[in-house]
Amino acid sequence: MNFKLRIWRQPNRKSPGKLVDYEVRDISPNTSFLEMLDILNENLLRRGVEPIAFDSDCREGICGTCSLTVNGEAHGPDHPGAVCELYMRKFRDGATITVEPFRVGSFPILKDLVIDRGALDRIVQAGGFISARTGSAPEANSIPVAKHNADLAMEAAACIGCGACAAACPNGSAMLFTSAKVSHLALLPQGHPERESRVLKMVRVMDAEGFGNCTNTYECEAVCPAEISASFIAKLNREYARAVLQRSAGE
Amino acid sequence: MMGASGYPNARKIAKKRRAKFPRQIAIIISNENIPASATLRGVYLDFADAIKRLGDQTICERYGNLFEVYEKITGENAYEVPMRIYPAVHYTMGGLWVDYDLMSNVPGLFVIGEANFSDHGANRLGASALMQGLADGYFVLPNTLPNYLASQMGKKPSPDSPEFLQAEQDVRAKIDRLLKVNGTRSLDSFHRELGLLLWEKCGMSRHEKGLREALQKIPELRQEFWRDVRVLGIDEDFNQSLERAGRVADFLEFAELMCKDALERDESAGAHFREEHQTPDGEALRDDERHAAVFAWEFGGDGQPPKLHREALRFETVHLTQRSYK
Repeated sequence: MNFKLRIWRQPNRKSPGKLVDYEVRDISPNTSFLEMLDILNENLLRRGVEPIAFDSDCREGICGTCSLTVNGEAHGPDHPGAVCELYMRKFRDGATITVEPFRVGSFPILKDLVIDRGALDRIVQAGGFISARTGSAPEANSIPVAKHNADLAMEAAACIGCGACAAACPNGSAMLFTSAKVSHLALLPQGHPERESRVLKMVRVMDAEGFGNCTNTYECEAVCPAEISASFIAKLNREYARAVLQRSAGE
Repeated sequence: MMGASGYPNARKIAKKRRAKFPRQIAIIISNENIPASATLRGVYLDFADAIKRLGDQTICERYGNLFEVYEKITGENAYEVPMRIYPAVHYTMGGLWVDYDLMSNVPGLFVIGEANFSDHGANRLGASALMQGLADGYFVLPNTLPNYLASQMGKKPSPDSPEFLQAEQDVRAKIDRLLKVNGTRSLDSFHRELGLLLWEKCGMSRHEKGLREALQKIPELRQEFWRDVRVLGIDEDFNQSLERAGRVADFLEFAELMCKDALERDESAGAHFREEHQTPDGEALRDDERHAAVFAWEFGGDGQPPKLHREALRFETVHLTQRSYK
């Protein structure tokens, strides 16, 4: 298969970027999208052109590192799945494919297709954990957890932190990401001691990082590789209201 | 055994598991040219009998998530056509030497998880990565690291100290060297050539002849790397090629150490299978008398051979035996 590619090149954080046209030929339909970019990079190197920088790690949809917007869709057209799980057989032979980084105001572009998602780390650092004593494991059955809560917590915990939600959102909101972490810990007894302070701190940091607000478009849910439900956003709103009420009632 | 479960979101868990095959089968798959795919490598894993016996529903409950992932990658429906499989390396046993506090021989440098050698010995079971990360990071390190830090109260290493300046100079020199070569071969081509060499000579099955060949070829490849690699871009900026070049340069040193270690361990043990040392039915044959030890290699300097330190493994309560997988 042959493709025309329009790829965002940007030399560094401060310089402006632009879309540059490339071509790749004789790509097997079994090639993954990122493998195709690797092949393009080998060609560029041979011509003395600096290769296109893009992020990836596990290349199997679980680490949350890869972050490309393909033809305007975060992670490309094959949902659910991260862009590393996209294969060229999903495209028409001869197609023109536009490749850009995740477009989020709070994720500055470092170079070409690589972005800085430190904002998500800072949200987690603000409370996305439990402060439990380490050094010994409690007996697993000593704290009963209702299966429904355990299952739901597992669904929320499946978030891989890729930021596609913020990229797909027309408002650049990180609500789905934050709601997944807050919900995961709010559903488990281990998360209860810090339940109120967690949601207040994490939402405060999320806002401070400059993410937009949620207007229920559900673009986030549509592109999430871990299939996180937008219902968790409703849960986040409830957790937040609950925490604010408790604080204002003097608890 | 293919890993999966009826757990609702086992897709995420299933992705972390791999199929594990008996060594013999894995060696056959990788060496024979079986036309299970365009690369002429691999075999078919056919679920047809299992589906006939247990029904689609049961297979879906057990392996549904795996089949989904498989379809994403190959575009094929494994309920209808046989799966095409091939073994792959995804871990190496061993790592940096550490003591029981997980500190290396460099004071203050702690190494945890898969990066150290400590937990599992010559073989490695599935989910060891999680186990090692948890055991080291959750149970051991919180007790041992603060203990070390307590001894360092008030002390702060200085970036003006001669050791720091020398280290910084060495690193800058190496970076400069990588960028200045401006040869004709890509990093990828060196990485693949090295990978293939190790796969063939220091892979699932090793022998003296192959290891000695590798020990001759790796230094040659390494020299070619420093003469002919091409790394574009500058060092004052985010440069993925440069990062990768540093890694490939490291691999070219480390590969040699791996082969040397495999040659020195003149027995079969766990995943280290020396063809010269096997039981009549093809299982690993250990030499506990001579080799029941950890082989810890000390860097001898650039261009110098490494120095071997043997740490004897003494089993006092539970004694070494031979396991049978049959």
